[in-house]
Amino acid sequence: MTSPLRHAVGAALALAMLMTPVVSLAVEPNEMLQDPTLEARAETLSKELRCVVCQNQSIDASSAPLARDMRLLVRERIAAGDTDVQAKAYLVERYGNFVLLKPPFQADTLLLWFGPLLILVVAGVALLMAARTGAPDDTDDLAPDMEDL
Amino acid sequence: MTLPKPVVLLAAIAPVAVFIVLAIALAFGLSNDPAALPSVLVGKPAPTFALGPVRENDTGFSTADITGKVAVINIFGSWCSACRLEHPTLMDLAARGVKIHGIDWKDDPADGAAWLARFGDPYARVGDDQTGRLALDLGVSGAPETFIIDKTGRIRYKLVGPITPERWRDEMAPLIAQLEAGQ
Repeated sequence: MTSPLRHAVGAALALAMLMTPVVSLAVEPNEMLQDPTLEARAETLSKELRCVVCQNQSIDASSAPLARDMRLLVRERIAAGDTDVQAKAYLVERYGNFVLLKPPFQADTLLLWFGPLLILVVAGVALLMAARTGAPDDTDDLAPDMEDL
Repeated sequence: MTLPKPVVLLAAIAPVAVFIVLAIALAFGLSNDPAALPSVLVGKPAPTFALGPVRENDTGFSTADITGKVAVINIFGSWCSACRLEHPTLMDLAARGVKIHGIDWKDDPADGAAWLARFGDPYARVGDDQTGRLALDLGVSGAPETFIIDKTGRIRYKLVGPITPERWRDEMAPLIAQLEAGQ
C-alpha cells in the first residue's frame, strides 16, 4: 500500500471507530431478576448510579467488578421490597451523593444548579451597562472607521 | 478612541480579573484528587458482620471480635498491588504489637491465605468478603482501605489507599490513642 493511501485508510478506520456507537451492556444474564418489572426498575436505577471506580460511567454500563456488586445490591434491595427511593438512599448512605449521577437539588448544591444562570445574569447586566455608557461614543467612533473601509 | 474613562478602565481590568479568578480556581482544582471521595460513613455506626475464615483452621472475623474495642480494619486482596505496597507497613505495625484486622475483599480465600503465607500475616483476625457485600456496606471503592472504629462501634476514620508510616504516625496512631483513652 502506498503511504498516502495507507494514511487515508487509517484515517477512515479511526473515523469509523469514533463514530461507532458504544452500546455497552455490562449486565450479565445471571444477574437479572426473574420478574421483568422489577428488573426494569433495577435497570433504570442502575443508569442513575455512578460506578465509583470508573466515575463517569453508570453502574449499568460499567464492567468494573465493583459496579457489578452494586448492580447486584440494587437488585437485592428491590427484591427485598425497597422502593426506588429507598434503594438509592441505601447507596447514598454508604457512598454519599457522589454515587448519584444527577446531583440532588438541595441547599449545598444550589450554586451548582443556579451557577450558570447567575453568570448569565451578571454578564448580561455588565453587558447592558457597558452598552449604555459606551453607546454614544461608539457611534462617533465607528463612523469614520466605516468610511475608511 | 474616545470611550469614557470608567469603561476603558473596566475593559482593561476585567480580563485580568477574570484570568486571576480562573487561575486560582483551576489551581485549586489541580490539587483536588477526583478519586478521593469524602466518606459519609465517618461518625456512623459500622455495619454488623460475620465473615468466614481466610486462613486455614481459623474462625474468621465478626462484629463480636471488635465489640467494645477500638479496632483497625484493613481491606485487602491478593489481587491488589497497592496492598502489596502497603504490606511492609502493616507488618511493621504488627511487629510493634498493633492489632490490625483484615478483610480479604473480592478474593478467593485460598488466594488470600496463600498471599498471607507468602508475604507474611500482619492481621489479628481475617475475614473473607469474596462477594464484596460487607465492602458495599462500608462504602469501599477500592483496596486498600482502612477504617478505625471506636469502642461504641462507630466509624471514626477512613483512609482510601495505602497506610504510610507518616500517616500512621501523624493521623492514625494519635486518633487511636485518643479513642483508647475513652474519648
